Amino acid sequence: MTAAAYNFAYLDEQTKRMIRRAILKAVAVPGYQVPFASREMPMPYGWGTGGVQVTAAVLGPDDVLKVIDQGADDTTNAVSIRKFFVKTAGVRTTTDTGEATVIQTRHRIPETPLKANQILVFQVPIPEPLRYLEPRETETRRMHALADYGLMHVKLYEDIAHHGHIATTYAYPVKVQGRYVMDPSPTPKFDNPKMNDCPALQLFGAGREKRIYAIPPYTNVVSLDFEDHPFERYRFDGICALCGSDESFLDEVITDDRGGRMFVCSDTDYCQGRRGEKSAPPTVPTEAARD
Amino acid sequence: MYVAAKGGERAIENAHRLLAHERRGDPAVPELTLDQIESQLTLAVDRVMNEGSLYDRELAALAIKQARGDLIEAIFLLRAFRATLPRFGASEPIDTSAMAVRRRISAAFKDLPGGQLLGPTFDYTHRLLEPQSTEAQDEPAQAEAATASMPRVTDLLGSDDLVEQSPPDTGETPGDLTHDPLGFPADRDLRLQNLARGDEGFLLALGYSTQRGYGRNHPFAGEIRMGDLEVEFTPPELGFAVPLGRITVSECQMINQFRGTATEAPRFTRGYGLAFGHCERKVMSMALVDRALRARELDEEVKAPAQDEEFVLSHSDNVQATGFVEHLKLPHYVDFQAELGLVRKLRDEFAASEPVKEAAE
Repeated sequence: MTAAAYNFAYLDEQTKRMIRRAILKAVAVPGYQVPFASREMPMPYGWGTGGVQVTAAVLGPDDVLKVIDQGADDTTNAVSIRKFFVKTAGVRTTTDTGEATVIQTRHRIPETPLKANQILVFQVPIPEPLRYLEPRETETRRMHALADYGLMHVKLYEDIAHHGHIATTYAYPVKVQGRYVMDPSPTPKFDNPKMNDCPALQLFGAGREKRIYAIPPYTNVVSLDFEDHPFERYRFDGICALCGSDESFLDEVITDDRGGRMFVCSDTDYCQGRRGEKSAPPTVPTEAARD
Repeated sequence: MYVAAKGGERAIENAHRLLAHERRGDPAVPELTLDQIESQLTLAVDRVMNEGSLYDRELAALAIKQARGDLIEAIFLLRAFRATLPRFGASEPIDTSAMAVRRRISAAFKDLPGGQLLGPTFDYTHRLLEPQSTEAQDEPAQAEAATASMPRVTDLLGSDDLVEQSPPDTGETPGDLTHDPLGFPADRDLRLQNLARGDEGFLLALGYSTQRGYGRNHPFAGEIRMGDLEVEFTPPELGFAVPLGRITVSECQMINQFRGTATEAPRFTRGYGLAFGHCERKVMSMALVDRALRARELDEEVKAPAQDEEFVLSHSDNVQATGFVEHLKLPHYVDFQAELGLVRKLRDEFAASEPVKEAAE
C-alpha cells in the first residue's frame, strides 16, 4: 500500500460541495435541520464528526482555526481535532478567540463576544430538540413542518409542576427567527443569549445523525419559556479563582477528598486573557470557595 | 496550581505510544503477520469486510492487527479508509445461482438438484477444546467437482408458484445510504444495504427475537449457500462486461409463513441475506430481520422491535453505535456543572420546605 494522499482539509471537493450546499440551505432556512450525506470520518461518530465535516467544508488556506471543548483549547478532544486540521489542511491555529476566523466548539460559546466574519461551528450529538419527547424521525419532521411544538411546552410545564423550575440546564431549546425550534447542542443555557443577534455565522453539524443547521448573523434566537416562568441564565454565584471574573461560566474543580473545591473559568482563553491584562494573582484562594 | 486540563497534547502522544507497545505484546513472541491473520483468522476477516463494507482481505487483516483483535475497531478503520476511495461505477449484479459452491444446505428438502454439500462447517463438531488442533491436520478429502447445476431452492419452488417471486428488475438504480442520508420509510434496497453493513450481534439478537414470538414469521432455512463468484463491471467506454475479480459470498434464502388474499393464491414469503465471505450466522439473522421488516408491505401489524424499520435501521450500525456510546468518555464538565447547579438549588428548596412538612404531619 502506498501512503494515502488526502485533499486539503481531508474531504474531497465533491463531498465539500455537497456539504456546502447543505450549509447554504441551512442558512437560508434558519434553524431547519438539513439532511446531508455525512461521511465516515477517521474519528468516531459522537466525537465531533459533524463539526469536523462542516469545518472542513468552510475552511480556506487563509483561515485561522480555534478548537475548543468545554470552553478549553487544551482538552484532549480539542487537541485531537486541532491536530487533525493542522495535519490535513496546514492552516494556522490559535487559542485567541478574537484572532480566529473559524472556531469549532463542543459544549460552549466563547465568553469573548464574536464578530462579523467569524464562523462558529458546533459539534452536535442529537440535533433533534424533540427527540427525547418523540423518538421517531418521521414524527418529529412532521411536527417541525407544522410548527407543532405543543409537546415541548408541555415538557417544560411538567418540569415546573414537578420541580418548580424548568429542569433543562443545557441543550436548552430555542426558537429561531420565530419559526423552528432548535437544539443549541449541549451548551449550558448560560450561553443561549449569546446566540441571539450574533454578528458571527453559527453552523451546527451532526455527523452520526446526518444533519446540518445554521443561525445566520443577526438572527433572532429566543429561549423557550413562559410569561410567569421566564428564561433564566444560570451561572454558579462565584468568581473565577484564577482571573476573578464574576461573569464567566465556571467549572467546578474538586481539590481534595474533604469537600475542597474551587471554581475556574471554563473558557481558558478568556481566563488567560484577563490574567495577562491584569496580571493579578488569583483573588480567591481555594479555601474560600469551600463550603 | 490547577493544571488538570493542561498537557493534553503530550498525554495523547504518550497514550498512543503506550498503545503501540501494548499492541505488540511480548517482544520475545514473534509478531503476527498479515498472511497469518488473512489465512487463519478467516472468519474474523470476513466479518470485518462485511461490516466495513469493503472487500479486501489484506486491508481487513491489517485492520484486525492494528485494532488488537477488536473487530468493531477494525471495522471502523476499514470504513474510514473506504470513505476516501473514489467510485468509478457499480458492478453488474452477481448471480448466486452461478456460484462455484463450497457449501450448500437446505433445511426444507431432504434432497434436491445439486444435493446437500456440507463444506467447511462448525456444525456437528463437538465443542471440545483440542490443543492439538493447532497442528497440521489430515489433508481434506478430495472428490470430483460437481458438474450438475445447483439451482436455488427458491427458484425450484418459484417455478410452481409456491413461493413469492423475486421482485422484478425495475431498472431503477438501487439507493446508497453511504451517499444519501437514510430517510423513512426506507425501501427494501436500502434496508438490505443497511442490514448487510449492520452489526452481527445486533441482527442476531433481533432475528432471535422473531423466533421467540416478537414478530414471529415461521422461518425455514430454504437454502444457505457459500462459494465464489466473479464480479463483472461494464466500463462505459467498452460497452461490455469485464471481470474484476472473484469474491466469496454467503447467501441465505429464508422461506417464511405463507399468505394469500382474495385475489392471490397462498404462497410462501421470503427473507433474504447476502454478505461477503463465509458468515452464515450473519446472513441467517439478516434474512430473518429482512422478512420482519417487510411487515408493512405485507400488511402485517408492526408491533415487535424487529419489524420497526426506524428502530432497526437507526441502531444497526456498530460504528455509529460504538462512537456514540463511547463518546460518554469525553469531558462533559460544563453540562454536568449546569446540572449540579440545578440539583443543588432543588435540594436547597427541598431543605427549606422540610419544617413545613413536619409541621403538617
